Amino acid sequence: MSKLDYLGKRLLKSVFIIVALVVLNFFLIRLAPGDPASVIAGQAGIGDPEFVQQLRERFRLDEPLHEQLYVYLAGVAQLDFGYSYTFRVPVWDLIVDRLPATLLLTGTAFAISLLVGILLGTIAAAHIGRWPDTLVSGAALIMYATPLFWLGLMSILVFSVYLNLLPPFGMSTVGAGYTGWRHAIDVAHHLVLPALTLSTFMMAIYMRLTRSSILEIGDLDFVKTARAKGLGQRQIMLMHILRNAILPVVTFAGMQAGQLIGGAVITETVFAWPGLGRLTYDALLQRDYNLLLAILFMSSVMVVLFNLITDLIYTVVDPRIELS
Amino acid sequence: MTFWTRFSQNRGAFVGFVIVVIVALSALLSPLLYPVDPWQMVGPAFLAPFQNGSLLLGTDMLGRDVAAGVLHGARVSIMVGIVATLIACFIGIVFGALAGFYGGLVDDVLMRVTEIFQTLPTFVVAIVLVAIFEPSINSIIIAIAMVTWPPIARLVRGEFLSLREREFVQAAIVIGQPNLRIIATQIFPNTLSPVIVMGSLMVATAILLESGLSFLGLGDPNQMSWGFMIGASRTMIRQAWWMSFFPGLAILLTVLALNLVGEGLNDALNPRLARKGRA
Repeated sequence: MSKLDYLGKRLLKSVFIIVALVVLNFFLIRLAPGDPASVIAGQAGIGDPEFVQQLRERFRLDEPLHEQLYVYLAGVAQLDFGYSYTFRVPVWDLIVDRLPATLLLTGTAFAISLLVGILLGTIAAAHIGRWPDTLVSGAALIMYATPLFWLGLMSILVFSVYLNLLPPFGMSTVGAGYTGWRHAIDVAHHLVLPALTLSTFMMAIYMRLTRSSILEIGDLDFVKTARAKGLGQRQIMLMHILRNAILPVVTFAGMQAGQLIGGAVITETVFAWPGLGRLTYDALLQRDYNLLLAILFMSSVMVVLFNLITDLIYTVVDPRIELS
Repeated sequence: MTFWTRFSQNRGAFVGFVIVVIVALSALLSPLLYPVDPWQMVGPAFLAPFQNGSLLLGTDMLGRDVAAGVLHGARVSIMVGIVATLIACFIGIVFGALAGFYGGLVDDVLMRVTEIFQTLPTFVVAIVLVAIFEPSINSIIIAIAMVTWPPIARLVRGEFLSLREREFVQAAIVIGQPNLRIIATQIFPNTLSPVIVMGSLMVATAILLESGLSFLGLGDPNQMSWGFMIGASRTMIRQAWWMSFFPGLAILLTVLALNLVGEGLNDALNPRLARKGRA
């Protein structure tokens, strides 16, 4: 099978999964008690029977289920996710508006967790059984068990309230009106705490994965050969082991990158970061189902997209991979 | 060496086991041993911890006992963790067993479904499910089970695929045992040890998910829980750190202990793997 065929197949599969997710979304809202029109009318706070009737017609609730599904699918295909009655704007506009802040936060957290995770995991593996290993492994265990919202609150307490080093809320200083570089630095300053908080959980996983991956590769014959040739420890670690050991870690990281949106909901709520996660919390408080379902759709698409990208990169980086 | 000696020689696993027992006892017995209603006003509001002997962990904004909340909150965490994991294991085992045993079309269809569920962003789906079904202990349990079963299905499928070719299974087929009986009595018991290890780690994940949901205000409104306590007091972090500190510590210790137990189980049930110094 050629690379191009594989690419096409992989794309087709992603499209299939996304369509399946939209169908799942469609049935989710119909699982709620009461029909969608009365659910949405109730949440909009409008009891007017004429309004409910209008919604019924919009959703074609009087038509058979497959017709309704078709209308819904056609809407999503045109990026029409309906209207948010809490924000009084189309749902899609809200999402486009909030997406960049979330991408900045999750992207930074992803980079931090991967880089620091690989670094610490390597240090632990290089000193296996001695104190750096114990320290890193212990830290990984604790980071893996710490709830993000609690970590966020405690870091606000320490770094903002007591030490007064970093701003606890928002994305930029309110009313400062910075522009250009000054603005970028201001945003970066606000980014530190939320990004570090969001990165801890994944960082713990990458630390452990890197450590075990290095230990596994370190047993292989080509490493013994390198050692027999008399190469130095550092050179063996960097040139022979790490290059091979990183691959599974990066693959796993790519597969999990989309899941960061879940952590973002919590982190953005704690730090009042104006992204999709914070929007999810607001939609939740108001029971804005149109908005919630659209966010669910968007985050699923992100997961599918990251999986696809990881897969493609993987086939380029590691040509041994079977294209089947 | 027996399973129990191997397990208790692992220091981390033993400490974890002790903590889990304490949390479980607190979930079961706190109504008897510490009969303070966590919803009841028992003292002045915003009382700092370690000031008053009978209100050791202080009080919250309504004068409710934080220690009572931490002790009684263990109940929700433990119950959600265990029940959600049992349901997830059940779904995962059924999917994995059928896919691995029958193979072919059955395998294809079941694994596509599993894949789709695995693609879903776990926490966001759980949020949407609980919001749509209205927050209650049942909807939380169902939502968590719905997003955590796919890894179990994949694990069980893998085990079934390799066990199906083994001689004792072939023998059972030859003597004409019905398929369901082979699945349940020949193959399934042999997949138990990895399932138990993964299950014990899933209880920890489920507790973290539950605390996140309660933190966002999606907890059962009739049950005191750790996540709810932190969510309710987060805006008052400047005035009263103890209101969110102690419940969070309880979550951290419980989840950490469960992970240690899971790893200990893994080492004790697969002693050959343990010696290789895996992570």
